[in-house]
Amino acid sequence: MKLAIFDYGAGNIFSLRVALEKQGATADVITSFDRVNNYSGLLLPGVGNFDPAVRSIRDYSSVSFADYVKDKIPVLGICLGMEMFFEKSEEGKERGLAVMEGKVILLPNRLKIPHMGWNDLKIRKSNPLLEGVPDSSWVYFVHSYRVEPKNQDIIMAESDYGIRVPAVINKGNLYGTQFHPEKSGHVGSLMIRNFLRECKK
Amino acid sequence: MSLTKRIIPCLDVANGRVVKGLHFESIKDAGDPVLLAQKYGSEGADELVFLDITASQEQRETIRSLVSNVAQVIDIPFTVGGGVKTLQHARDILLCGADKVAINTGAVKNPQIITELMELFGKQCVVIAIDAKRNYNVSNGTNIFSEDSKKFWFEVFIYGGKKETGLDAIEWAKKVQDLGAGEILLTSIDRDGTKDGYDLTLTGAIVDAVSIPVIASGGCGRPSHMLDVFKKTQVDAALAASIFHYETHSVDRVKEYLKKNDVQVRL
Repeated sequence: MKLAIFDYGAGNIFSLRVALEKQGATADVITSFDRVNNYSGLLLPGVGNFDPAVRSIRDYSSVSFADYVKDKIPVLGICLGMEMFFEKSEEGKERGLAVMEGKVILLPNRLKIPHMGWNDLKIRKSNPLLEGVPDSSWVYFVHSYRVEPKNQDIIMAESDYGIRVPAVINKGNLYGTQFHPEKSGHVGSLMIRNFLRECKK
Repeated sequence: MSLTKRIIPCLDVANGRVVKGLHFESIKDAGDPVLLAQKYGSEGADELVFLDITASQEQRETIRSLVSNVAQVIDIPFTVGGGVKTLQHARDILLCGADKVAINTGAVKNPQIITELMELFGKQCVVIAIDAKRNYNVSNGTNIFSEDSKKFWFEVFIYGGKKETGLDAIEWAKKVQDLGAGEILLTSIDRDGTKDGYDLTLTGAIVDAVSIPVIASGGCGRPSHMLDVFKKTQVDAALAASIFHYETHSVDRVKEYLKKNDVQVRL
């Protein structure tokens, strides 16, 4: 099974690639959406800045993100990768990939920013990505923004950081995690395995 | 539940081996970095920090392969530092698989590197290491403290604790936050290697001065030192080296002890 990891040009995609390989998948690193999409799944990694990342997708691709993945392959957006699913972000001025309604907002400044470290998941709904993941599992976060979906039903799990942080979202074939599964120990590996299982279907 | 306190084993690396010094000097061998990383990861370490304490030009290639070897065996975040002076060098380390890069001397000499790194990789990658030492000549300090009727301020040192800068550590911490640092790794030179406990005055003062996460370092000789620093300051993480290296205390045992004493940790 072969997946694609989109490289915005700045992020550390090494750990994500290793995490996939440990679960028996291989991954190509791609820098545009143009050729025929033969991948079983796509990952949008979690390191970088909103505007440069969105531009690196939009400016170099002949096919739009929505058309490239449309109902075809599972997509996992991690942290920034998930934030880009939405229409806009307070981190930048560019329009997001806009495959989900809503926006990305800065964490309240009464809190320590970034929200960095291990926090626990409150699982709201059962979801393929969370299969076998116990409620209150610890996952590793490092982010300054949070998503605010127009439709709250897409939130599968959240975390408590003095405010509610949407932690896992899912709409159709699009999955997002605000935390980093590739840095979240064995619980994170389990979620990556779950995602790969969806890619196989 | 909410965010936990982080326990971070630190591996001081010289010539590809883990070593430990006293007051930044007198080095002794403590093991293979990749094996230790794996061990700490499986014992429940929340993150790892690697510091190249030789930090010479020849070491760069060694560090690069070390970073990618470590990245293959662990699934928790790790930071690499030591002798990082240029944007290119920091970029190298991050692209080899490190999640964060720690900079001290390089940032004091050229503070702009903080902003440049933040713009390229995001602030979560940028850890500023501050090595601070008590200076009892209070005429030069900005923030003056007093303990046992002695007055002092905290001065920033560079080049592995060898050279003073005249910078007040609290002012410097605020500045690096404004420039785009995502986290501060705060080491007390007075306490480093002594096993006398963290410098609580220093740690508390820096934590109160900034709103980004702070890691306390220097002086941890037993688990109760970690309990102290978490109970007496609002610090986010505690780093230790020797107590973990020599099998004196395993990471999970230390975390169980902290949990029993009402410190929120990941177990």
